[in-house]
Amino acid sequence: MLVIKDLAVKFPSRFGDVTAIADVDMEIRPGEIHGLVGESGAGKSTVGAAVIGLLSQPGYIAGGEITLGETDLRALSPEAAHRIRGDRISMIFQDPQTSLNPLMTIEDQLVETIQAHSDATHSQAVTRAVDLLEEIGIKNAASRIKAYPHQFSGGMRQRVVIALAICTDPELIIADEPTTALDVAVQSQVLALIQRLARERQIAFMLITHDIGVIAQVADRVTVMRKGRVMETGETQQVLGAPDHPYTQALMDAVPPLDVKIDRFRVPEEAPIAGEGPTGNVAEAWLLEGQRSEMLGLTLDHLTVQFAAPRTSLFRTPAPYVALDDVSLTVRPGTIMGLVGESGSGKSTLAKAITGLVSPTSGTMQLGGDDLPYGKTRGRRHPSRQLIQMVFQDPYSSLNSRHTIADILEEPLWFYGFVSDARERRRLAAAMLELVGMAPEAIDKYPHQFSGGQRQRVAVARALLARPRFLICDEPTSALDVSIQAEILNLLKDLQSTFGLSVLFISHNLSVVRQMADDTAVLRAGRIEEVGPTEDLYEAPQADYTRELLALTPVMPKAWRRAG
Amino acid sequence: MVYFILKRLVQSVFVMLAVAFLAFSLFRFVGDPISQMTGVETTVADQERLREDLGLNDPFVVQFYRFTTDMLQGDFGFSYRTRQPVADMIADRIPATLELGVVALIISLIVGIPAGVYTALRPRGVLTQGILLTTLVGVSIPTFVIGIMLIFIFGVQLGWLPTFGRNGTVQIGGWESSLFTVQGWRSLILPAVTLGVYQLTLTMRLVRAEMMEVMRSDYIRFGMARGVPMGRLHYRHALANTMVPVITIIGLQFGGVIAFSIVTESVFQWPGMGLLFLESIRFVDIPVMGVYLVVIAFFFVLVNLIVDLLYVAIDPRLRVKDL
Repeated sequence: MLVIKDLAVKFPSRFGDVTAIADVDMEIRPGEIHGLVGESGAGKSTVGAAVIGLLSQPGYIAGGEITLGETDLRALSPEAAHRIRGDRISMIFQDPQTSLNPLMTIEDQLVETIQAHSDATHSQAVTRAVDLLEEIGIKNAASRIKAYPHQFSGGMRQRVVIALAICTDPELIIADEPTTALDVAVQSQVLALIQRLARERQIAFMLITHDIGVIAQVADRVTVMRKGRVMETGETQQVLGAPDHPYTQALMDAVPPLDVKIDRFRVPEEAPIAGEGPTGNVAEAWLLEGQRSEMLGLTLDHLTVQFAAPRTSLFRTPAPYVALDDVSLTVRPGTIMGLVGESGSGKSTLAKAITGLVSPTSGTMQLGGDDLPYGKTRGRRHPSRQLIQMVFQDPYSSLNSRHTIADILEEPLWFYGFVSDARERRRLAAAMLELVGMAPEAIDKYPHQFSGGQRQRVAVARALLARPRFLICDEPTSALDVSIQAEILNLLKDLQSTFGLSVLFISHNLSVVRQMADDTAVLRAGRIEEVGPTEDLYEAPQADYTRELLALTPVMPKAWRRAG
Repeated sequence: MVYFILKRLVQSVFVMLAVAFLAFSLFRFVGDPISQMTGVETTVADQERLREDLGLNDPFVVQFYRFTTDMLQGDFGFSYRTRQPVADMIADRIPATLELGVVALIISLIVGIPAGVYTALRPRGVLTQGILLTTLVGVSIPTFVIGIMLIFIFGVQLGWLPTFGRNGTVQIGGWESSLFTVQGWRSLILPAVTLGVYQLTLTMRLVRAEMMEVMRSDYIRFGMARGVPMGRLHYRHALANTMVPVITIIGLQFGGVIAFSIVTESVFQWPGMGLLFLESIRFVDIPVMGVYLVVIAFFFVLVNLIVDLLYVAIDPRLRVKDL
């Protein structure tokens, strides 16, 4: 039905046209879910945008054919193309929080879309909209249709987005990372809905995603892209289970499996191995020298954190919002504790309480036997501020863009009073860069000159230069591509074992935690559901919630994997 | 919702108290009121008696309390210069300034918002570049120069419009309006345009920037992807979202227009509060200056309150609770 041949998209720039994608061939049949995978910058979204005719300015289609049924999409006038949008092709965006107009009711948005493509009267359109919402699983649709987008939860909102995409009975829907912003439970519901729509309504889906697990679970066929070119295409099971192309193989190797623990990830292009250069050894020696002190564990005892809820009435103080409820947790010295949970479960609040950014309501925190004071009562010079360091999720906002890498790395050295000589500080910072697998020459550059993975290495280096004994990693790889994620996870593992760090590893990704953690705790709505040694927890989960999480995480069936 | 409004009201009361305090300080610290009121032939004993009679020897707090309660009862004192009650003088002048400000605001909105939308939707058009360039010139020239230029062109050279003053007013209740006669409009139009030009430019550029931002957002792209007609997308989806931040600035600006109409009023000899204020400064007429300060602050507070309520009206996220 949809046929793409030799598609090329170019973006004009001052230095001539930049080719975003080239030689892309693809075919999607009615009722087929066609996965389109690749890492960031592979041109997946550009393919989708080219098909629906919404390439971001000033990109243009430089060559090739796109036909939908009998219609040549490239030959259409802008007006005709706009009529086809919604009518025959529609789209689902990644983030349901931003893809609905916040100022209009769901009803208005559905009705205007239905009326844009048919002669339905207002009341007919409303009836259809209500039926549709019921069909995709929104209860009491007749009354809830009057609501505004902010009154729905993320998963419900994505259902509304899907309803908007299918309300005109399109033949093809381009779904650009439709579940990336959702929790696993909601993700599995949305994926089931997409599968049902493909089967029952014969809608063809182009499912753009970076998540191999999602592809494995729902896609009939898959196309793998890299740097604007198609690497491989075929039946999902065949492509993922027995990839022909070396890139696909490397990609599959980098995906952390959920069902088995592996020692190291194989990385597509192995970066220089940590600590091999002579200067890297300098940093390693310096860190080891500072860390003769014994390994420190962390004990949380009945920790509770409450936030004041927004006040809505003059006479009643609303009940506080409980972010963490009676949490007791022990990170054994020199081990990695994985902390998993869905969004809003309190994972990050826990990290903030430990680092003193949030004041708990009650409970105690101990680092290696010493009490950690609450929030602001912990002095600026308290030793724990040096012993506990943090690696944040987003390497784009966690490094000051106006500081050079040297400024960023040398700061902990003078701030904690380790090295008073400026030249020595610089030497150590350069050595540290090499230890985390970057060229020491990078020291005079600014963060924006590096990729996400390289920045996260800098963030790790900064944390280590404080000579910490306890490291908190809050979703350190969730903003990164799988191959980069594999590199960073390898790096963290190596550094943890070399320096005997105790680590609290926070993630929503169960597969990643299985690979990293010695112990794992499952957090839900501020309460610990289950905690135990990682292997036991994954092999024989005790809590229903853990079992549910494990079952809902999309993974490639074991049988697909090639032996060896 | 009710709580939100109550909170704003309480805040407003504190703002007004602070301004009243400033206005009151004027009396205390800018010269001695007794020496302003009396001549050289008044004896020191008489001056002391007057001081005692007027309660100027009472403690600061007592005097401030008296000042505020008098104000609340509509007693604004007497002008040193004209010996009239200040309340009457201000009430005389308020209609002229308010009408000028409102007409200027309407001009700036009627031209500024469509121009902003147009320049946002056709960012590369020739007309867009022309509009942007013209408004840049407009915003760079000081208000009084614009006023003088307008007087020169339309008043002196072409002779179409009167060059100064306020004519053709009609008395409606206590309100002296110039909106009901041709003559009144003829004298209103030049000062209103002069006053509105700066605000027009700002409104236009703000609408343009916000609109371009909104047009890049996901929900507009999603609207395009599902084939919502472009006109509806621009004017129903994008414009409403554009207006949320724009309203704040327009509101603040309107307060500013009322407060800083001084220049325009003096160029056109428009008998509004600004002109009254200028005359008062010349004669060190402290009671009028103090009351002017309080009245202007009151306008600011009022406009901000209205802006807050408009927010609630426009944005359902502030209005409707979660299900």
